[in-house]
Amino acid sequence: MSSSPTPLHLAVALDGAGWHPAAWREPVARPRELLTAAYWTGLVAEAERGLLDFVTIEDGLGLQSSSLHGPDGRTDQVRGRLDAVLIASRIAPLTRHIGVVPTVVATHTEPFHISKAIATLDYVSSGRAGLRVQISARQNEAAHFGRRTIPPFRFEDYDTPAVQEVVTDLFDEAADHVEAVRRLWDSWEDDAEIRDVATGRFIDRDKLHYIDFEGGRFSVKGPSITPRPPQGQPVVTALAHATIPYRLVARAADVGYVTPHDADQARAIVQEIRAEQDAAGRAGDTVHVFGDLVVFLDDDPGAAEARRERLDALAGEPYTSDARIFAGTPVQLADLLQELSAAGLSGFRLRPAVVGHDLPAITRGLVPELQRRNVFRNAYEADTLRGLLGLARPANRYSPELAEQGASPAATTA
Amino acid sequence: MSKPLKQIHLAAHFPGVNNTTVWSDPDAGSHIEFSSFAHFARTAERAKFDFLFLAEGLRLREQGGKIYDLDVVGRPDTFAVLTALAAVTEHLGLTGTINSTFNEPYEVARQFASLDHLSDGRAAWNVVTSWDAFTGENFRRGGFLPQEERYSRAKEFLATANELFDSWHGDEIIADQETGTFLSDAKAGAFVHQGQHFDIEGQFNVPRSPQGRPVIFQAGDSEEGREFAAAGADAIFSRYATRTEGQAFYTDVKGRLARYGRRHDQLLILPAATFVLGDTDAEAEEHAREVRRAQVSGATAIKHLEFVWNRDLSSYDPDGPLPDIDPDLGEHTIARGRAQVRMYRDPLATAREWRERAAANNWSIRDLVIETGNRQAFVGSAATVAETINDFVQADASDGFILVPHITPGGLDSFADTVVPLLQERGVYRTDYEGSTLRDHLGLAHPDAEAPAGRVAS
Repeated sequence: MSSSPTPLHLAVALDGAGWHPAAWREPVARPRELLTAAYWTGLVAEAERGLLDFVTIEDGLGLQSSSLHGPDGRTDQVRGRLDAVLIASRIAPLTRHIGVVPTVVATHTEPFHISKAIATLDYVSSGRAGLRVQISARQNEAAHFGRRTIPPFRFEDYDTPAVQEVVTDLFDEAADHVEAVRRLWDSWEDDAEIRDVATGRFIDRDKLHYIDFEGGRFSVKGPSITPRPPQGQPVVTALAHATIPYRLVARAADVGYVTPHDADQARAIVQEIRAEQDAAGRAGDTVHVFGDLVVFLDDDPGAAEARRERLDALAGEPYTSDARIFAGTPVQLADLLQELSAAGLSGFRLRPAVVGHDLPAITRGLVPELQRRNVFRNAYEADTLRGLLGLARPANRYSPELAEQGASPAATTA
Repeated sequence: MSKPLKQIHLAAHFPGVNNTTVWSDPDAGSHIEFSSFAHFARTAERAKFDFLFLAEGLRLREQGGKIYDLDVVGRPDTFAVLTALAAVTEHLGLTGTINSTFNEPYEVARQFASLDHLSDGRAAWNVVTSWDAFTGENFRRGGFLPQEERYSRAKEFLATANELFDSWHGDEIIADQETGTFLSDAKAGAFVHQGQHFDIEGQFNVPRSPQGRPVIFQAGDSEEGREFAAAGADAIFSRYATRTEGQAFYTDVKGRLARYGRRHDQLLILPAATFVLGDTDAEAEEHAREVRRAQVSGATAIKHLEFVWNRDLSSYDPDGPLPDIDPDLGEHTIARGRAQVRMYRDPLATAREWRERAAANNWSIRDLVIETGNRQAFVGSAATVAETINDFVQADASDGFILVPHITPGGLDSFADTVVPLLQERGVYRTDYEGSTLRDHLGLAHPDAEAPAGRVAS
């Protein structure tokens, strides 16, 4: 028994009835309630009961589809969803400790709107907001906006120079999006609101800053209409599967989700992200690398695997995923997490196969097991998401102290 | 000749980023902390109000090239804060002002449909337009829209959003766990819109929300704005809170409805109204004078004069006479991000009139600004205010009011505690909510019930 095992961070990824396409057919699922506040409130309360660091909420600007290229016309899977930022806003006032991290799509949204929405989520949650930034390469989603077209490509051609250019462009734009969002969060210094009755000034306008962001696809003047949020900088996260998105994680994120299938892959990915982090001048910043895993969890050995087979049969095909699919007991999962943790991952984002079953299995089975091993918290130790992730509240890039040192984060992440 | 008593509609406007809001008052709290919004919303719900209203501005105001610092500055994201308020209220409608110029229909439709789902049918949208390049500097689009096209874009934006709301009919989700059929129709949410401003197609991804569509508000006062409202809005947020002006506006706008095949009760007229209460009318009058002086400091008076003069007047003494020089008639450059400056269509005439009034009454600049603006709609004891509001509504000066307190977040409390019970005693105001959705509170039918034959199927 090691004297001080490395503590793990745990998040759970919420999406409809769960990640398996047939999850909604399980008796425990409530497929007619997926669009209600009560459904989401219940899930997040369960996650908070398990002392998890945060939940992420999936989203997209088109109907869910099993195809990467557009609608699939299927009627046997969950279709239709609510805006993730608003789900997060709805549940935030009803929770106290857990972080809320909705997905936002950088490709089609306005950084100005996203920045103030997440800042507001940070206010309504008293410092527990984050975002998960995503790109959209789907042509059908571009057609919902009618402002631009995404060049068509086949996933098989991912490694060709033409496709690499398209993907690089989308991820560069996402990095610009995050940069603009972050500058807007800092565009008010913390003490800008002075309410000086003597001079009649509500704010000290010298403490508000134009961000003057100029990017390849957009420019944003600023300042934000929303004052700096409680955390200063809400937590930025991104899912990444290859070098180009690893670079986005390294340049712009606080947490990256990656999909290694074993410890060696985990080690290699972490190494690649650290190298990109150095190249981006962020060697001194904490960037968590979380492993994503789809989980089927049951106490009885074999039960999880049997459940997986049953769901695959209902779906008519075996479930495949970008992430490793784990089916087993909480003890087995705890072993795997510790093994991957030793390879350099600082936490995990678990994707419950059937949320009504596997989320409580995480909070009531896995979490106690990890607590027994002294690798997970026994109580919330902080009031903010940054606090839970061990991230200090950052100084404002526009504050005079930082500007004098010439060491503004703006200069190092651009 | 007895007409049946009209039921009064009341709503609450969260104090805004203008000089109506008195932030210097010792009771004034945060304009950004969620606790302020929650307090305000709970008071409105305790008073059985129809809804809470949020304004929006997408760029901080500037004057003379600098960020305007005399009023409250800063506000939250409209959608996020309204959705959070759905968690701490059960009945109160949630009305957000959302700009049709710096947003896209697909996004706005999914946000309103999501808010409507997450509030069990309490969402409303105040559709506003703008075109200015100043605000556009914060957005991908930039200041792309010629002024004369703003209403045509707004109209097409709303029509497109309605197509998206209607792209799901409400019966597609079967979710039959036995048969494995989730959707009855693979094409649920399909839409195609080709128009001057939007050329979009695909599938909308938020299934039909409880109200079908959010309740639609309109706030503009121009000829185009009134037509826009008559054609498609459910309610108007107007600024005519006096009896005579209110009646003229009411008659005008309600008179336009027939042309669009709409009934008199399908568009509510709800002016914004400030109020000051006291134990007696005299006490309220005295308090109202103090509030007006707090709203218009000397510095604020000079800034407001600049709206008309379109010049830097910082060298003038607010306690002295009005400037002798005339307004600069060029393009308005002094105040940016303010719709207000467009009210003064003939600055020379306004300046002349103000000089004459100031001279006749021996008013300073500050006195003039206090007297020409910011006069509270309702001042008096609770009994007087209740009687006045009821009189206005029964006389068809409006269907009710959107109250704008001058203190955040407690400015509504006294109204809820003293005026509302008197209106309830008179039988002109609900003692409890009778329905669950905002449409229920406003007496508006569900859009499916209103749709002319053949429309739903299209």
